[in-house]
Order: sequence, then C-alpha cells, then structure tokens
Amino acid sequence: MDISSHDVLLVGGGGAGLRAAIAVSETNPKLKVAVVSKVYPMRSHTVSAEGGAAAVIKSNDSLDEHAYDTVSGGDWMSDQDAVEAFVKEAPEEMLRLEHWGCPWSREPDGHIAVRPFGGMKKERTWFAADKTGFHMLHTLFQTSLKYNAITRYDEFFVTKLLVDGGRVQGVVAIELMSGKIHAILAKAVILCTGGCGRVFPFTTNANIKNGDGMALAYRAGVPLKDMEFVQYHPTGLPFTGILITEAARSEGGYLLNKDGYRYLQDYNLGTPQPKPVLRSMELGPRDRLSQAFVKEMEKGRTIDTPYGPVVHLDIRHLGEKIINTKLPFVRELCLKYQNIDPIKEMIPVRPVVHYMMGGVHTDLNAATALTGLYAAGEVACVSINGANRLGSNSLTELLVFGARAGKAAAAFASETAEPGSHVVAQAMDEQRRLERQFLSKTDGRESIATIREEMQATIEKGAGIYRTGDLLAQAAQNLRRLQERFQNVAITDHSYTFNTELTAVLELAFMLDVAETIVQSALQRSESRGAHQRTDFPKRDDEKYLAHSLIYRNEDGSSRLEYLPVTITRWPPAERVYGK
Amino acid sequence: MIDTITLEVARYRPEQETEPTFERFEVPFNKDWVVLDALNYIKDRLDGSLSYRWSCRMGVCGSCGMMVNGEPKLTCATFLSKYVPGPIRVEPLRYFPVVRDLAVEMTDFMDKLKSVKPWIIRQEERPLSEGEYLQTPVQLDNYKQFSMCINCMICYAACPVYGLDHHFIGPAALALAQRYNMDSRDQGTDERLDLLSQHEGIWGCTFVGECTKACPKNVDPAGAIQQYKLKAATEWFKSFLMPWGRK
Ligand SMILES: Cc1cc2nc3c(=O)[nH]c(=O)nc-3n(C[C@H](O)[C@H](O)[C@H](O)COP(=O)(O)OP(=O)(O)OC[C@H]3O[C@@H](n4cnc5c(N)ncnc54)[C@H](O)[C@@H]3O)c2cc1C
Ligand code: SF4
Ligand code: FES
Repeated sequence: MDISSHDVLLVGGGGAGLRAAIAVSETNPKLKVAVVSKVYPMRSHTVSAEGGAAAVIKSNDSLDEHAYDTVSGGDWMSDQDAVEAFVKEAPEEMLRLEHWGCPWSREPDGHIAVRPFGGMKKERTWFAADKTGFHMLHTLFQTSLKYNAITRYDEFFVTKLLVDGGRVQGVVAIELMSGKIHAILAKAVILCTGGCGRVFPFTTNANIKNGDGMALAYRAGVPLKDMEFVQYHPTGLPFTGILITEAARSEGGYLLNKDGYRYLQDYNLGTPQPKPVLRSMELGPRDRLSQAFVKEMEKGRTIDTPYGPVVHLDIRHLGEKIINTKLPFVRELCLKYQNIDPIKEMIPVRPVVHYMMGGVHTDLNAATALTGLYAAGEVACVSINGANRLGSNSLTELLVFGARAGKAAAAFASETAEPGSHVVAQAMDEQRRLERQFLSKTDGRESIATIREEMQATIEKGAGIYRTGDLLAQAAQNLRRLQERFQNVAITDHSYTFNTELTAVLELAFMLDVAETIVQSALQRSESRGAHQRTDFPKRDDEKYLAHSLIYRNEDGSSRLEYLPVTITRWPPAERVYGK
Repeated sequence: MIDTITLEVARYRPEQETEPTFERFEVPFNKDWVVLDALNYIKDRLDGSLSYRWSCRMGVCGSCGMMVNGEPKLTCATFLSKYVPGPIRVEPLRYFPVVRDLAVEMTDFMDKLKSVKPWIIRQEERPLSEGEYLQTPVQLDNYKQFSMCINCMICYAACPVYGLDHHFIGPAALALAQRYNMDSRDQGTDERLDLLSQHEGIWGCTFVGECTKACPKNVDPAGAIQQYKLKAATEWFKSFLMPWGRK
C-alpha cells in the first residue's frame, strides 16, 4: 500500500474543491495541500454550468435584496445567518475570479455585465456568455497550477474516510491508472464531491455525480441535512436531459403548452408581459415552474413525445443576434443534440432533476460534526438554499464556502498533530474489503445496470416532483431490497488497470445509500415546502417543520432522523409571492 | 431503417494482451444515439469490462475524445446515424499511449498545459477593493475564442507534427498561452514567449492546420500558433537590432 501525508486534503477538484485548495495555500503557504479527484479537475461537473453566478455589484441593488430573494426562494428553510454571510462575501469572491482572469461578459464600457435570473428581483447574475461554469472552472484550475504547495491526485477514486479517535485523518483511494490502493493521510479533509443527480433516471447531472461525498460522510457517522429537497429544473431536453439554461428565459423566452399558451399565468405566477418581468412568470422559481408542468400534464395540455411529455420553450422572438451573443451554447446544444435551430423552432423541454439542496450538514465555516472534516459546494448543506435553490446561487456558493472551508481547514491543520498510525491499519482493512467484495469476487449474479435502473425508477416514483406517504414508504422498501440484491452484484472485470466497472459498482453503492436518505427524509416530513411537495400534506407547516432534517446512519444500515430549528435573523416566515 | 449497427471497438487489457485487438459488438440502432450511447449500451448490457472516459454527455467536459472511423471526435457529439450502415470503428485517441481499451495516458498533455503558465501574470496586482479590471467587449473578443478550449486533446490526435515528435508543445497548449497573452489584464507575454520560442515550443508547427479543422469548439489553435510565430519572429529580430529593447 502506498502511504502519503499532507496537511489539508481536498476530495474533489470542481469549483468548490479548487477554490478551497487555493484558499488553504493563501492562508498558510507552508501547508501541504492534496487535491484528490476521480476525474481530472477540468472534467468536474462545474464545467457544465451555463447561466451564471449571482453577486450584488450594481448600484441599484443591495445585499438585503439578494438575501431576501434567497430566503423567500428557499421557502424560509435557509439559515439566515448563512445567507447573510453568503451575500456579503459573494461580490468579493466574484471579483477575485475576475482578477484571476475569468472572461466575464462585459458592458460596453468594460464593467461587469449582469443578467436577470429566476426568483431574483434585481439583475445580479454575472455570466460568461452561457458557459459560466466552464469558464469559472478553467480559470480556477489554471490559477491553481501556480501554487506549488498543491499536489494533485488526478483520477484517484476515494472509497473511505479514515477516522480515528473521533477525528478524520485521511482517505483511502484507488489510483485508477494502476489499481493501487493508497492511504492518503491528512490533518484536515474537505469534501467537495458535488451532487447526486444520477440517483434519478432523468437528470442534467454528469455521469460522475453519484453522491460519493454524501455517502462517505454518512458512513462515517456524519449527519446529512435536508436530503428531501431535490431540485427539478423546468427546462431539460427530452431524452438527453441536457439543460437549457434559465438564461434562455431571463433573456425573454416563453414557456408554452400545446395550445401555444403561456400556462404559468394559471399558477399564481403573474400575468404575461412581452418582456421578462423579474420574479414573475417564466422568471419564477424552479420548484413552482416544475410543479406547474405536472399540473399541465394532468390537464392534458402537454405534448407527447417518444421521450415523455414536453412543453415548448420559445426564444424565436429574441432574434438571431441576441441568441448568438447571449445564448450561443443553447443554440449549439439544440442544433447538435436535438437537431433543431432555436432561431426558427421551439425547443421541447420537460422538468429534469438538477440540483441537491441537501447534503453534508455543516456550520458557517463548512465544518461538519466530525472533527477535521469540512464540506463545501453541492455536497454540503450550510444551508443557504433552503427548500429550493435559486439559479445562479450555487456557483457563487462554491466560491464563498469553498474559501471559508479552505481557511477554516488551514487554521485547524496549522495547530493539529500529524495523523496517527492506527489509520494505516484501517486503510489495510479497506484494501482487503475492496479485494474481497469486488476485485476477486466471481460469484455475483445481479447486474450493475439493472440494480441502478431499478433504483432510479424507484426514487423517481417515490420521491419525484409530487410525493405521498404511501409511495415513499413503498420506495423505502424497494430500496432496502435493492441494497440486499446489491450484495450479490456481479463483477466481470478483475483487472487493476483503469477498471471502470469497479468504479461503477462503488458509485452504485454510494447512490443506494444516498437514495435511502432522500426517501427516509421525505417520508418523515409531513408538509409541503419548496421542492418537497406532499399531496397528502399540501400545506407548509411552520409549527412543526421550520426545521432542518438531519439523517444519521445506524450501525445496522438503517437510519434515524433528528430536527434542527432553522436560523431566522431578519426575515420572519411569510408567504412566497411571485408575479406581483 | 436499420435495427442494429455494429461497432468494432479497440480492446487492450495490459494484463491480458500484449497488443490491442478489435472486438465486434452489435447494438440497437437509434437515430438519437451518439457513439457514446452505444458504448454505454455495451458496458451496461454486453461487456462490463469495456473501459473509457466520459462524464457530461454535452460536449463540454472534454473527456470522451476517441477515434471514430479514423477521425478524432467527441463521442458524445457524434451520432451513430452519420455512419449508417456501419460498421463503426472506435479506437483510443491517436498519438497517445493507451492505458486500457479506449482510455489514453494524459500526463504529457497536462504537463504541457501547465508549462505555458496559464494564469494571469502581473507586475502589480490591483487590490480587490478597487474593483474589476475594465475590459471592453472588443478586448474580450481578442482572446475569447482561445478561451473556449475544453482540453479534449482532439487537436493533438489530428496533429501530424505531434505524431512525429512528442516534444512539440502542441495546439491546445499554444492556444492557451495565447488566450492569456491576448487578455488585456495579463502582462506575462514576454515570460511566456521566452519559454515558447525554443524549438519544441512553436517552431515545430508546419502550418498544416489539421488542429483547427478537427477542433470541436472552434478554438482555432492554428490561428493562435500563427499569431505566436509572428510575434516571436519579430521579437527575435528586434533582439538583434536593439538587445536592450526587450525588458
Ligand atoms: C447542467 C448544469 C447547469 C448548471 N448551471 C448553473 C448555473 O448557471 N448557475 C449556478 O449557480 N449553478 C448551476 N448549476 C449547479 C452547479 O454547477 C453545481 O452545483 C456546482 O458546479 C457543483 O460544484 P462542486 O464543486 O460542488 O462539484 P463538482 O464540480 O461536481 O465537482 C465534484 C468533484 O468531486 C470529485 N469526486 C466526486 N466523487 C469522488 C470520489 N469518490 N473520489 C474522488 N473524487 C471525487 C469529482 O472528480 C469532481 O472533481 C448547474 C448544474 C448543472 C448540472
Ligand atoms: S483546441 Fe479544440 S481540439 Fe484542441 S483540446 Fe482545445 S477544444 Fe480540443
Ligand atoms: S462526455 Fe463530456 S465532452 Fe463528451
């Protein structure tokens, strides 16, 4: 076994991980930093983000308004102290990225340009055309190359957190190229592994988004928070699930049902105007728009296609020039993957699983309940996103809380002893487990793909846009059974070199755990709030549920839930009003 | 309309084979499928041991470059229907050492990216409190195209010079250098020029332009190299005329 040791170790090289790594180095240049990532950092899923990143910069805007939009968008589930810190630090973080070379779109006079976005009352979303995440990630990656204290472990797949004496002391990882198992020790570990969209069958998320970090933390006894809140984005391309960014609507696109009618006006989202109106109609929040789609479908007003019912997103009236300058990627994606030209044709779209509001429970400094373990980015739940994230808050969150995590972990590592030798023995155990359970296993009968597909169908049925207690309970049972069947999974690839069947099976194990936490958390929340809609409990219940769910893993693999009151500072719970 | 199509997929498992072989798989033909969908079908239903890289399936993460019927392509953006009735031959990206099946070794490429110092270099940093560096849309356009590179390495697989000499720094790395050189916020051009004017840097390129033709993101690395050579030649020339002129 290869053993190495660092001060701070990042699991994940996406936006959050790279920002955190740089923050560690800037806080204390002497610290040795490791970035461990199962894909080369610039392949991380941050690369797919299109629309933009929110931060107050214009003089007509204010931090309070950004905070209010975020809190009301989150249906009052966001912790307001976290939101206040977030909006306050956002502008500086975004500027820092500008100084590092991010090619932000500009006003004619050279200042940063901003665009409107769903649920935001002011224009405050910075963008780099419609490839914002791509440019942010490449800027961060290229800038990170400058820091010699950062060692990268590219294409290393983390399978376990090493915990001893109540503190995390490193990870076990498989080097994909050689199949070698490494114990990578560290005084502090930051999880930045992103979301878990692949738990669902139809998602905008890349193949690598399997909830790895959530499962790693959960298995180490760390609670996951608000896992019942899963965001559907209203506009994905049918079949591929490729996202058509909200920017298409903020530039003025319409959502039309099969009669060519802007149906959102029927759902308490305002009255249609020719030009986009902030916090209204197509610029309402994602949960409400996705829910409206289901209602339209039930009324028979959607359009049937081989890949399910759709509505139309119409941007033709924006004209070729706007489309080519502000939405070039939308056009490219439609031409390449849907074989239509949005300048001339309407885009078929349907809601698609997009983002995880829940995640590893952390405090304002990204610290988890386990000493030395931090989490930031989509894997974490601080929570600023509450019951429904506003588009363009996530990319900014990567920066703000990535930086906070890096600083906190650096401070912790600077005054903490080296990892002990006990954890090496633990790493050896993990190596034996991987050998026994997977690499040398020849007697399994269940196919990876079948279990994965059944898990995805189960969770969509039980924990989709609308949920009921019965369906959730059924889903919970099915998932238990799938867990059992997973014990009998068949492995055909016993090679040590770049074994992607091994990673697929490990990812499936992560996803099964995460799926169970989603279903269990949803089952226990007997109310409707934001993205969690229970038809058997259609009202929000602030008496009982103005509280975060915390799900813990029991020894026997079952789970238990606790609740933690939401932090309210300045915005007492109120009704969410859009279109007024 | 056909029902199925055959893929001839390059296999190489270093623990089993001493050299690459081809394996034939028959997959359902679906007009909405890209080559990557067919590979995923094989992995999920026919042979779980097939290894390759992919992630976003939307042409932006740069993972899935392979040779498709002899041409370097992003397999998530290449439709099966283009190759009807088949067979379709899928191989790892040319000119790179093969790790396993369709996955190639990337460290040389990664080192080359880093070697051009792809970050903003400034004599003096402006404090954040003074706000953004102003950059007009025209200034942005000067480098925008070169900033669109997804590091898919397709241009290397298309470049005959890289094929002959792996010391050649290659199209994407040069485009990346130029991306920073042309950025109005950057002051590192001279530093990068010193690095790159060595013969392995830019002079290897013979202007075949295959990189630009193959690039799926219209980055135009050949254009970047052209600009670079001109600049380097002028600087080199100037350094004789007035040796104190630089720096
Ligand atoms: C299509 C799309 C468009 C979006 N558009 C926007 C937008 O316009 N605005 C916005 O604010 N948000 C947007 N989002 C959301 C936002 O992009 C994501 O929430 C964010 O990028 C997540 O970043 P991250 O750093 O947390 O994780 P990722 O970028 O997903 O990175 C995860 C990292 O963890 C590593 N990793 C994971 N598991 C392991 C393991 N087991 N071992 C080792 N390494 C591991 C991966 O290799 C990777 O490096 C969008 C999301 C999608 C899917
Ligand atoms: S220049 Fe084009 S072909 Fe070359 S790596 Fe970049 S995107 Fe790929
Ligand atoms: S899978 Fe990301 S570019 Fe093809």
